[in-house]
Amino acid sequence: MNLTENQIERYSRHIILQDIGGVGQEKILNSKVLIIGTGGLGAPAALYLAAAGVGTIGLVDGDVVDISNLQRQVIHFTPDIGVLKVESAKAKINQINPDVIVKTYAEFFTADNALVILKDYDFVIDGTDNFPAKFLINDACVMAKKPFSHGGILRFAGQTLTHTPGHACYRCVFNSPPPANAVPTCSQAGVLGAIAGMLGTIQAAEALKFITGVGELLVDRMLIFDAKSMNFRTVKLKKNPSCPLCGDTPKITSLIDYEQAVCDLKKG
Amino acid sequence: MKLTLNGQNETLENETLTIEELLKIKDVKMPEMVTVEHNGEILDRAAFATTAVKEGDTLEFLYFMGGGSH
Ligand SMILES: [Zn+2]
Repeated sequence: MNLTENQIERYSRHIILQDIGGVGQEKILNSKVLIIGTGGLGAPAALYLAAAGVGTIGLVDGDVVDISNLQRQVIHFTPDIGVLKVESAKAKINQINPDVIVKTYAEFFTADNALVILKDYDFVIDGTDNFPAKFLINDACVMAKKPFSHGGILRFAGQTLTHTPGHACYRCVFNSPPPANAVPTCSQAGVLGAIAGMLGTIQAAEALKFITGVGELLVDRMLIFDAKSMNFRTVKLKKNPSCPLCGDTPKITSLIDYEQAVCDLKKG
Repeated sequence: MKLTLNGQNETLENETLTIEELLKIKDVKMPEMVTVEHNGEILDRAAFATTAVKEGDTLEFLYFMGGGSH
C-alpha cells in the first residue's frame, strides 16, 4: 500500500514523527480496532482513531443517544438524541475521515456474539460502563488472544490497563465482578465529563502504540489518575497464578453473561 | 510501622496489623470494592483477615471503576 498525496498531507503530523513515519501510518491505515461501547470512553477513542486513519473501526452498542449522554459522549450531538449510538458515531467518523471503514454492531456485547465480533480485529477498546461487560470483554479477549485496553472512570478518577496475550489480565487484578449493591452506579455516582475524554484518549493512544509498535504499552501496569489532584501513577502488576481465567488452574473455560445489576442500562 | 500505601509513605502507630485492620484504619467503607496488592502480589480476598502487614511493606488499594458507555 502506498500513501496517496492526499494521505501524506492528511497524516503529515504522524508521518514526521520519527517513531511512526510513512511505514507506521500505513500500519494504522491497515489496522482494525473494535470499540465496545460508544459512550464516554468510546466516543473520544473513536474520534481520535478515526482522525488517525485506523482502516476499520468496529462499533458495538445497542443503545440510543440520550440527552444525559451529551455531557461527555462527545461523538454524539444534540440532534442525535434517539438515534442508535453506533449510527450517530459512524456518521461523525465518516465526516472526519473518509479513509475509515466503519462496521456497526447495533447490539450489546454478549457471551453469544463476543467471539464472532472480536475475530476480525487487531485491538479492542473496552469503553463499557458496567462490570458484566468488562469481565466478558476481558474473558473473550484472553480466550481469543486479542490485545485490549481496559478503562474505568468514576467521579474524578480513572484507571486503565492494556492486556496483551500472556500478560496480566483484568481478572488477575479483579477476580470477579463486585457485588451488585456495592458499586455506585454511574447515574448515582456521577463523572466529570472531561475525565471520560482523558481516559478514552489514553485508550486510543494505546491502540495506536500497539498498531505501530511504538513505546511501551500499559501492559503489566495499571495507570490510575485522580483529576482532583491531577496525580497520575502506574501500579506494577503481574500475571496472577490464582487468576480464575489465566492462572495455573483456570476455573473459567467458557464465556459468562453476568447479571446486569450494576448499572441500569437505560438510565445509567 | 512505616508502609508505602498507594505510592505514599505512611507511618502508623500499630505494631502489628492485618490487611483487614489496615482497610478499617484507612476508612475503606466497602472492602468488597477493593483489591489489595501486597508487595507486588494480588491478595486473595479471603486472606485479608489473616495476612499480616509488616514494616516496610508496599500496598496498593485498587478500586473497581466502571463508567464509560452510558
Ligand atoms: Zn488473568
